[in-house]
Amino acid sequence: MASYRELLAQVKAEIEEISSIEAHERLRSGEAPLFVDVREADEWEEGHIPGAIYTGRGRLEQRIEGLVPDKSRPLVVYCSAGSRSAFATKVLEELGYESVVNLAGGFSDWKRNGFEVTIPRVLTPGQRARYSRHLLIPEVGEDGQQRLLDARVLLVGAGGLGSPASLYLAAAGVGTLGIVDADVVDESNLQRQVVHSTDRLGEPKVLSAKRTLEALNPDVSVVPFQERLTSENVERILADGWDVIVDGADNFPTRYLVNDASVWHGIPVVHGSIFRFEGQVTVFSPGVGPCYRCLFPQPPPPELAPSCAEGGVLGVLPGIIGSIQANEALKLVLDRGSSLAGRLLLFDALGTTLDEVTVRRDPGCPVCGESPTITDYVDYVEFCNAPAGLG
Amino acid sequence: MPAVRIPPTLRAEVGGQREIEASGSTVAEVLEDLVGRYPPLAAQLLRDGELGGFVNVYVGGEDVRTLDGLDTPVRAGDQIILLPAMAGGGD
Repeated sequence: MASYRELLAQVKAEIEEISSIEAHERLRSGEAPLFVDVREADEWEEGHIPGAIYTGRGRLEQRIEGLVPDKSRPLVVYCSAGSRSAFATKVLEELGYESVVNLAGGFSDWKRNGFEVTIPRVLTPGQRARYSRHLLIPEVGEDGQQRLLDARVLLVGAGGLGSPASLYLAAAGVGTLGIVDADVVDESNLQRQVVHSTDRLGEPKVLSAKRTLEALNPDVSVVPFQERLTSENVERILADGWDVIVDGADNFPTRYLVNDASVWHGIPVVHGSIFRFEGQVTVFSPGVGPCYRCLFPQPPPPELAPSCAEGGVLGVLPGIIGSIQANEALKLVLDRGSSLAGRLLLFDALGTTLDEVTVRRDPGCPVCGESPTITDYVDYVEFCNAPAGLG
Repeated sequence: MPAVRIPPTLRAEVGGQREIEASGSTVAEVLEDLVGRYPPLAAQLLRDGELGGFVNVYVGGEDVRTLDGLDTPVRAGDQIILLPAMAGGGD
């Protein structure tokens, strides 16, 4: 019976090997071979040859035909020093791969020559545990979780809708959350604004939310904007670059301002609004679907536009609508599923009914239409106070 | 008769009802019937006899502005949704 050394020598005599220098030349040539890394996962995570695919030695035979269906494709197999990959090379030949060579000296020799190395972005063990239920979903997985961690979502309002939306976005690992809100936490907020708590009374909402969200998930960085969104500050706030805006504002001027800014910046808006027992939620996706002005060309006259402060709201309702907003924002970041663009959901908490209506792009829309007539910020307070029909 | 869904912002004008059966074969006739029975609705829905830009009317889930406006035909059994803009975000 052969010893390990004898077996290795025997296998090496039966396969073809190339040096790092030659492999590097082939990698840079027009017909680069595919590099197959057969090391352990932790070795791969510390760095690998650019463009290589990874499949641990243990599952090589099971996985390779899925990864490389074309058996005529030239392969360079490597491990750290060239021994494990020698056996892998032999096995690949036995599986019918026509052009397989072993990298002599392995990845260690590659690095010694100073050739380029790719360090893969990987989740830490803590992140793997935290996001394990996401990693199990094919639509999210490790790539999706990285997208979430890299994502930047701006929440307009840290109130009823912003509370659940920000909590779920933070829990999901959206790496940067901007929050715009000028208010401080008031006792009358706590019936529904679950991101705040009794010990935060009098504290600016953006700072209260930052404390809660960063305590929930240390992967999240909250950028607070303790101010009301206006025509004067909107460009400064948007200059930070945001992937999605979650609009949970509490007044019409801010709604129209968010809309116009998002159209001009090409940022999708997840829109939610609530009153008493009823909520509306949709997505405005610039260039793809309608905008807020396509849905409601004019704001209502002020006397016909009661706010939650005047008309009240069932505490759980923003929890439902804000959670739907978080769901839409996550899908937009992940680029998965069908968004609510072009569809407005109407939720009635009293009857527990959900209706859906179609929202179409208005070619005559003054902001996103074919011949826009509004191309710069206006005085939104005045616009919303103007008598309807003249606005 | 078509059923008209009344949003919460307009329920005070119709005695708290969430849905009202109305008569008419076009959106205009249905609204006329409603406003005749509940006159305060007029200010909430109409401007100079036209639909205000802050309220949408849907027949079968489609905005009547994308159909035939107030002339859009309605049939018995159609669901009509009145939808005024709401801005509330729960403060």
